[in-house]
Amino acid sequence: MKGHVWKFGNNIDTDLIIPARYLNTSDPEELAKYAMMDADSEWVDKMKKGDFIVAGDNFGCGSSREHAPIALKATGLSAVIAKSFARIFYRNAINIGFPILESAEAAEEIKEGDEVEVDLTAGIIHDQTTGKSYKAQPFPEFMQKIIDAGGLIPYLKKKTR
Amino acid sequence: MGKTTRSERSRTIAEKILSAHSKTDAHAGDIVIADLDFLIGQDGTSGIAIDSFRKMNAKKVFDPSKIAIIIDHSAPSPNEGVSAIHKKIREFSKEQGITLYDIGCGVCHQLTPEQGHCVPGDLVIGADSHTCTYGAINVFSTGIGSTDLAAGWISGKLWFKVPETMKVVYKGKTPKGVYSKDLILNLIGKIGADGATYLALEIEGAPIDELSVDARFTISNMAIECGAKAGLMRSDGKVLDWVKKHSKRKPDPQEADKDAKYKEAVEIDVAKLEPQIAKPHTVDNVCPIFEVLGTPIQQGYIGTCTNGRLEDFQIAAKILKGKKVNKDCRLIIAPASKEILMDMIKDGTFQILLETGAASVTPGCGPCVGTHNGVPSEGENVISTANRNFKGRMGNPNAFIYLASPATVAASMIEGKIADPRKYL
Repeated sequence: MKGHVWKFGNNIDTDLIIPARYLNTSDPEELAKYAMMDADSEWVDKMKKGDFIVAGDNFGCGSSREHAPIALKATGLSAVIAKSFARIFYRNAINIGFPILESAEAAEEIKEGDEVEVDLTAGIIHDQTTGKSYKAQPFPEFMQKIIDAGGLIPYLKKKTR
Repeated sequence: MGKTTRSERSRTIAEKILSAHSKTDAHAGDIVIADLDFLIGQDGTSGIAIDSFRKMNAKKVFDPSKIAIIIDHSAPSPNEGVSAIHKKIREFSKEQGITLYDIGCGVCHQLTPEQGHCVPGDLVIGADSHTCTYGAINVFSTGIGSTDLAAGWISGKLWFKVPETMKVVYKGKTPKGVYSKDLILNLIGKIGADGATYLALEIEGAPIDELSVDARFTISNMAIECGAKAGLMRSDGKVLDWVKKHSKRKPDPQEADKDAKYKEAVEIDVAKLEPQIAKPHTVDNVCPIFEVLGTPIQQGYIGTCTNGRLEDFQIAAKILKGKKVNKDCRLIIAPASKEILMDMIKDGTFQILLETGAASVTPGCGPCVGTHNGVPSEGENVISTANRNFKGRMGNPNAFIYLASPATVAASMIEGKIADPRKYL
């Protein structure tokens, strides 16, 4: 996956990712229209499919709403790279098959607008603008199986088949 | 001396509850698959859980008696999109024979313990981040997303990474005008919004022992605001009495072993603590009240799963009795459950608050989540007893939310600006 970077700060909470006033639907396309609305109301129009969000600490803190990773995924965003993720968002993203990568160094050094390529299987983040590569934190083995299956639903289906 | 075997190692409350529910000898870092005692969902999250349940090709939930859905976040429905979600929840509940708490019953985190669905030693999950509330009665309860909830509905189990624990010890004598809300805001301000991410908290000390069970819920409720997975407390006589009144189930309280291993320990001396305020737009942006005294306020809110219990309204009523809400602001109240509302009517608290000029909305989440019941206007300041002050939280990204105790909100309503409750006590 390849795309440009949008930078956000620390503690990007789920109300910024998708405000509760737009949770009157579970249609991903509809939710995607309001992604990051209260952080940057024009972001959805500016971003392009394949882009990345690079953020600071505690990305996705707050509510347990799965609408948050669902909305981001439905915008066409490739992945979120952050210094750290809040626990429930982390779990939800993996469950719905939305890629997230944890790398403090990448989150610190990659700049807005940089072109980035990510190899998810290897966990390698390559900043093509600066030429620098970063290795993301590996997932626990159990979670990697869910990720490999594409999320919790396909994982459970595969197991019970 | 021989090496200590794994099973002889001392354990925290979290390790004990997760061990008992996975029939393993679980220690921090282990991944366990554990049996769940109760599972809740609410109207914001259950719609997606029902979709996931169908996508997993499931036909029946594992045990309808262990599952409830609560319609509280947008109740009654403010628009047709939400109405469609409510309809889906009602139909699913009927089809599966699970408990449905429909509009007006109250907030999920009041109803789950109040209606006797959890007792000390239990393991509970909820598709709502404030599920950690029941830690106050020694329940390992934690928030998860909709797809995890659906997996739990089907199997009665969920996988957990056993968390390390941060020990939080409060000490000293709590001053007048300082409440459990101030204690937890102070902790969050100290350790930050991600100070306890992936950790369980064990919260203890004399100031905690002195609190009622209602007041303790306020503290465990906000464990998630510093990232914690659970906000656990010991089960004492007060907890056991409270649980006996609300549930027929037998509690199985769990205490930490004496030399259990903690990742870190935080000590907070409350003796000189002032009432605390979380300023916009993060919950860890905490200061003592004197720094913001006099900030003009247009809306006050007393309620929510944090501070919508009988004791909270009694404290507010005592301060507001015989006075009027300032003409430049409005006060919204939302009891956390119908039972609380009925108790408030019985003991006169409700009348006192209405006479001051308060507007009462349906028991439930009220305006906390920004879906209805009091969206602030552009540039307005709100003082609220809720647990979150994120930008846009109450429905308007250009409003400013200050979090405080019910006493501080009540005092501020008299003056129309942030006011110190201690002068009204």
